[in-house]
Amino acid sequence: MKIAGFSQALLFVGCLLMAAVASAVIETYEFSSPELQQRYQLLSAELRCPKCQNQNIADSNAPIAQDLRKLLYEQLEAGASNDEILDYMVSRYGEFVRYRPAFDSSTAVLWLAPVLLFIAALVVLFLSLRQRKESGSAGQVELSGEEQQQLQQMLSRSEQDR
Amino acid sequence: MQRLKLFLPLALFAILALLLFRGLELDPREMPSALIDKPLPEFSLPRLGSDSGIARVDVVGEVALFNVWATWCVSCRVEHPYLQQLAENGVPIYGVNYKDDDAAAIQWLQDLGDPYRANIVDAQGSLGLDLGVYGAPETYFVDASGVIRYRHVGVIDERVWQSRLEPIYRELTQEAQQ
Amino acid sequence: MIAEFGHFALIITLCLSVLLSVVPLWGAWRGNVVAMSLAPSLAIGLLVFAGISFACLATVFLQDDFSVAVVAANSNSLLPSIYKFSAVWGNHEGSLLLWILILCVWMAAVALFSSQLPLLMLSRVLAVMGVVAVGFISFSLFTSNPFARLLPGTPADGQDLNPLLQDPGLIIHPPLLYMGYVGFSVAFAFAIAALLGGRLDASWARWSRPWTNVAWAFLTLGIMLGSWWAYYELGWGGWWFWDPVENASFMPWLAGTALVHSLAATEKRGLFKSWTVLLAIFAFSLSLLGTFLVRSGVLTSVHAFATDPARGLFILVFLAFVVGGSLTLYALRAPAVSSRVSFAWLSRESLLLFNNVVFLVSTLTVLFGTLFPLIMDALGQGKYSVGPPYFNAVFVPLMAVLIPFMGIGPVSRWKGDSAARWRAELMLPAIAAIICGVTVPLLHGGEYNVWVALAVVLAAWLLFGLARDVWYRIRGASSLARGWRRLTPSYCGMVIAHLGFAAAVVGVVATSQYNIEHDLKMQPGDTEVIAGYSFTFTEVAQVRGPNFVADEARFDVYENGRLLTRLAPQKRRYLASGQVMTEAAIDDGLWRDLFVAMGEPIGNEGAWAIRLHYKPMVRWMWLGAIMMALGGFATVADKRYRQRKAVRTPAEEGVSGAAA
Repeated sequence: MKIAGFSQALLFVGCLLMAAVASAVIETYEFSSPELQQRYQLLSAELRCPKCQNQNIADSNAPIAQDLRKLLYEQLEAGASNDEILDYMVSRYGEFVRYRPAFDSSTAVLWLAPVLLFIAALVVLFLSLRQRKESGSAGQVELSGEEQQQLQQMLSRSEQDR
Repeated sequence: MQRLKLFLPLALFAILALLLFRGLELDPREMPSALIDKPLPEFSLPRLGSDSGIARVDVVGEVALFNVWATWCVSCRVEHPYLQQLAENGVPIYGVNYKDDDAAAIQWLQDLGDPYRANIVDAQGSLGLDLGVYGAPETYFVDASGVIRYRHVGVIDERVWQSRLEPIYRELTQEAQQ
Repeated sequence: MIAEFGHFALIITLCLSVLLSVVPLWGAWRGNVVAMSLAPSLAIGLLVFAGISFACLATVFLQDDFSVAVVAANSNSLLPSIYKFSAVWGNHEGSLLLWILILCVWMAAVALFSSQLPLLMLSRVLAVMGVVAVGFISFSLFTSNPFARLLPGTPADGQDLNPLLQDPGLIIHPPLLYMGYVGFSVAFAFAIAALLGGRLDASWARWSRPWTNVAWAFLTLGIMLGSWWAYYELGWGGWWFWDPVENASFMPWLAGTALVHSLAATEKRGLFKSWTVLLAIFAFSLSLLGTFLVRSGVLTSVHAFATDPARGLFILVFLAFVVGGSLTLYALRAPAVSSRVSFAWLSRESLLLFNNVVFLVSTLTVLFGTLFPLIMDALGQGKYSVGPPYFNAVFVPLMAVLIPFMGIGPVSRWKGDSAARWRAELMLPAIAAIICGVTVPLLHGGEYNVWVALAVVLAAWLLFGLARDVWYRIRGASSLARGWRRLTPSYCGMVIAHLGFAAAVVGVVATSQYNIEHDLKMQPGDTEVIAGYSFTFTEVAQVRGPNFVADEARFDVYENGRLLTRLAPQKRRYLASGQVMTEAAIDDGLWRDLFVAMGEPIGNEGAWAIRLHYKPMVRWMWLGAIMMALGGFATVADKRYRQRKAVRTPAEEGVSGAAA
């Protein structure tokens, strides 16, 4: 939910041509092949608008987002691969501009975390269940010598009470 | 031992709380330039108010500020007087006139004063794109060998200059003298 | 005057909540019945005064009192009355007051509907909720006072409510969402009360379950409404962005789902008590964490409120106190030894544990992904973004892994079961599911989509498994009516909720895979065809609303040559703020949505950039969510929760002596 604070921040960081904060952004590019259009849709959803509050360039109508969309279109038509386009953007705007973090030494932990967590959880589960079985299957509870004595005392007392 | 394991959630939470506490001091919207410690991009563009062009080779060689501005940018208007002051104190400032109209820009500088050594006309925003500009005003600190060392996003005023930017400028000039 | 009255009522609410946190707890510690029985009355009193405070805030909004700061910032004289009312919670301060009101609603509900709860337990539960209330009311009064005045210099009119919020969605989404968020505080309070009392038994689980299920159901509805609202309001047909604020509501839901299932095992078999208590603490902690993330400015989001690190610090300290305190209590008081009750590897208990594993891993994954940019920034490693491509890639496989086991769960037996029995019961549903899954994508035509086939197999697996189980239970009865009565509300709730999940899965996958989007330039007279639907742009007209003017583009939609409907998206400009907004036009249907939105005008001949969407089965997602919520609500009707005040043993009364 946006409030006045947002527009003030915007004014400080930069200026916009229009105050249009929430218009649908519809680009009418003509692509030379449907495959390029699909790649455009994919990449424009993956690239982050550098100045917006968490929007991809497909959804934002900030001027920089428009520029980046145009750039994306031109590069796709020029035959660049997805990786080349992403590298181009990252070298200018930093890793910040990718919604799908690259898989490298810094982000490996992010990508591997779900799988590792899942395996770890299963292992913990397995171990604790096995432990439960072992203590359960030990059968009767073993009483220490002192506890045996206490038990005898209690039993004899209750017999007396009867 | 069993009891100790139960303290694990608390320990994890403590780490999280520390992280969040640190997070309160950070600004998630602050974006350092991706071009820090990289050379100023190559360009060859028109020069404002002149028939000759201007290229990278013309502007590197000394420590300088590159200020991205435009007439449609309200904040640029706000920071302009201070840039004037800096220029009078001898700070070299080059302007990147970003996606603007030449005539309006020339008029603007005539009315308000011209703090710039020269103005690069970036009508399409191509230099801006290579620099990673996302909104005006932005100012890039370039050292004597043409390497970008710092980027400031937003208005430069007395407070910002004294507290954060002046030390950087001084360090770069001292470095250049060595 | 009214604002001051509301402010005063809020101060009284704070005083009452302080009393509620202290007196009954002391009473429980000392065995003082008078002190303990104060708790329900205090809870009701809290609701009364919180209600008064909220009513006062609503009144100043409805009366256009622009001397009150939040009214001036968020309302306008031209705003329709209903939105003046919902503007109360369309801002940070007001929404916090709503949070407080809803917390008081839950407290009063617990006070009223807990006749079978021992006073010792009830007083502790309400006291814990009182502590939470103290935190939030203090936060409101000391840092975010909704009744602050703008004097002198009262503006003549307000800055208007953000046009995006001028919508029925704002009226119901936050209240329902908060009912869920805040509702988990009840489960949390029960957990803490159990730890305080040192008595962690199956009856604690039985008392907790209805409250938890209802809170979970509300949260499901709240999230669903948020998704639906974004879909039709934002103008580009998106329904989930894995935005930090969205994740802040999704994480408690994931943890809550694990909790709902874990409580089942604890109630029925007295198992996993320690783990379930931890889950209850975890779910509510995530609610509080969500509050922090949304209001502190630590993460960037379009949904965030006015961010202020000072406020963030207050919430963080409160979070540290509540969560840190409860986890410390857990570490000290939870039983270190697990119960001796055992179960086989193949059993309902194991399946429920697997459910917990999947949902716990999902929660932690979403948490890690949401916080990753912050972690990297704090470590000085640079600025990163983690968005939908990442979350979709990691979340979907987890759900896919869950569903096969989800089909076995309802059929499985407690304590011990056999693979042979499972094979016998579920062979038929499995085969039917595979046939269904393989053939259904053929119905859609076009390219055969493997993902849709997989999704249909999984959903059909759930459907047929449940259908077979229901049939199995009914068929023994003498008549159909008798048969239905054999199904308890608890069981029916489970069936409906699981079916809802299946529907949602199908909806999500179908809409992601089959949706078609055309962005193009259209002029009046142009026609575009998508998926057999023909959209003809007829004209653009100027229309006027109560507080806006708009360009309206009119479309005739034909199906097989026959006029199906007329759609009229608008491009609105709101008069007070000057903001421009797109209002999409949607023809909704069970099997597909047709979506038309306007972009910018192109050139001078009346051409516009137009977006046309064909979105198959997108409603299934939200209908599935509604079914899940209905299932959650249904379980509460079960007889075992409606027992009259049972005869209590003196031990339960806890009257005599030290009951710590």
